[in-house]
Amino acid sequence: MAKSTDLDVGYVSKLARLNLGDDETKLFQKQLADVLKYAEKLGEVDVSHVEAAAHAVPMFNVFREDEPGPCFTAAEALANAPQKANQLFIVPKVVE
Amino acid sequence: MSEKDLPALTIADLQSRLRKKEISPREVIESLRARIENVEPKIDAYLSLDFDAALKQAEKVDVDLPLGGVPIAVKDIINVKGQPCTCGSKILGNYRSPYDATVIRRLRAAGAIPLGKTNMDEFAMGSSTENSSFKVTRNPWDVSRVPGGSSGGSAAAVAADAAFGGLGTDTGGSIRQPASLSGIVGVKPSYGRVSRYGLTAFASSLDQVGPLAKTVRDAAMIMSGMAGHDPLDSTSLPDPVPDYTKNLGRDLKGVKLGVPKEYRVEGIDPQVSAAVNAAIKQLESLGAEIVHLSLPHTDHGIAVYYFLATAEASANLARFDGVRYGHRAKNPQDILDFYGRTREEGFGAEVKRRIILGTYVLSSGYYDAYYVRAQKVRQLIRQDFVKAFEKCDAIVSPTSPEPAFKIGERTANPLAMYLADIFTNTANLAGLCGISIPCGFAKENGSQLPIGLQILCKPLDEARIFQIAHAYERSTDWHKQRPKV
Repeated sequence: MAKSTDLDVGYVSKLARLNLGDDETKLFQKQLADVLKYAEKLGEVDVSHVEAAAHAVPMFNVFREDEPGPCFTAAEALANAPQKANQLFIVPKVVE
Repeated sequence: MSEKDLPALTIADLQSRLRKKEISPREVIESLRARIENVEPKIDAYLSLDFDAALKQAEKVDVDLPLGGVPIAVKDIINVKGQPCTCGSKILGNYRSPYDATVIRRLRAAGAIPLGKTNMDEFAMGSSTENSSFKVTRNPWDVSRVPGGSSGGSAAAVAADAAFGGLGTDTGGSIRQPASLSGIVGVKPSYGRVSRYGLTAFASSLDQVGPLAKTVRDAAMIMSGMAGHDPLDSTSLPDPVPDYTKNLGRDLKGVKLGVPKEYRVEGIDPQVSAAVNAAIKQLESLGAEIVHLSLPHTDHGIAVYYFLATAEASANLARFDGVRYGHRAKNPQDILDFYGRTREEGFGAEVKRRIILGTYVLSSGYYDAYYVRAQKVRQLIRQDFVKAFEKCDAIVSPTSPEPAFKIGERTANPLAMYLADIFTNTANLAGLCGISIPCGFAKENGSQLPIGLQILCKPLDEARIFQIAHAYERSTDWHKQRPKV
């Protein structure tokens, strides 16, 4: 197990695309260090012969027929858009 | 019975009156509206209500349908076409659902009428409903206390007779715990039993939609109305759905109830222990056999849960980026500023905290040590239950180690809030079904606070859960006591 002090909230917030204020960064650093310290005991469990469980009910390859069906109109899909025009989502320019 | 007393009826009683034409679906909605207007200022259970839409549906509803004319409160994380779906978050403050979740489509087809959307911890992250961005819901038994969470709005509404039944979601106990703290019945279905299509995802391998109700029969009726395979949810199970009301009334002869020794942990309120022990004795007197057993990995449940749930949440909540719906930050300098500020402004503290933890356990260098290890211990927890259910039909325990706590008492210490999930979140990790039913009251400073008994069964054994819970309920009158709100 990694040491709980490895957590750098400022760095992880960049990975998460989630800005945090200085106070919030400090508070989370302390609170999550407590959580990680509590979780250190997971390191004691012998898992050498255990397969990881992503789901309680393992399911694989759930397919359906590839048939056309009803779907949203453009107006429905755009109904909650923060900004829209010409049946499109408007976003700030991100490429030069 | 005057119209004023209608909201106190169970769904089963309401239906028999509707079918005998003693009351009309319209009168039901109107009487419920009056009750909501009366109690809502005290409990703040609802985020939005649409009586006009409900009355329109009531005009043409067929009362002979399984839930014909029964209004239902819906947790604000389940999409109802044309209604808001905020998930308790500012980031979805102006969002309106363009479609019905499968559970809503099914319940409408069964005659139920979605009446309003209920308050919740933001994105279902919390155990008190204090993490809502909009308001704090209060426990009808003592309005200075929390109703539990995250489905606290639905629980408080049902407990206060401001709803006949409600929908919640349970990722680590978010139906069972508020049911326990609010003195009602709450069911977490087996993973895959109820469609998640149209449920805004928190932790996809753990989330389930389930009912909150005044009685076991009512909960079984709502479950029957919404369970079953859905081609729109690839994790939904194809197994046929039995009539969950069928086993009601059967006795408990030959039923084996497991009592795990690991559930005798420190920190359980003595009044909770006493009530649950008395309930186990009562179940024994009804014919059940008590089996003492062990679930050796219980102690690791909370750590596993908070790693896996936050990891899944950090991925699921990546969709809230201000592009297609929801809040968008103004005047961004570049794309990183656009995302970073949109999410900073839109999410509340608990959601941010969990996104950070989830991103961390999935990040390069920590993925194996935290995320994969937690998945492996999850497997061990699951195997504990598989072995336990070879020896018993159901496992009984407290739902929550304590009754409702005071508003504001826990908000500064997230870890303490997480630890109270000890009896509930392993059921989500293992995909089990579970129920919480009232089993007594604790007395604190003059308040009478409900205590919940949890019954867990193996996956897809919901009918058994309803049978055991109903046998207990019939032999007690805890569920008949109502808060004076």
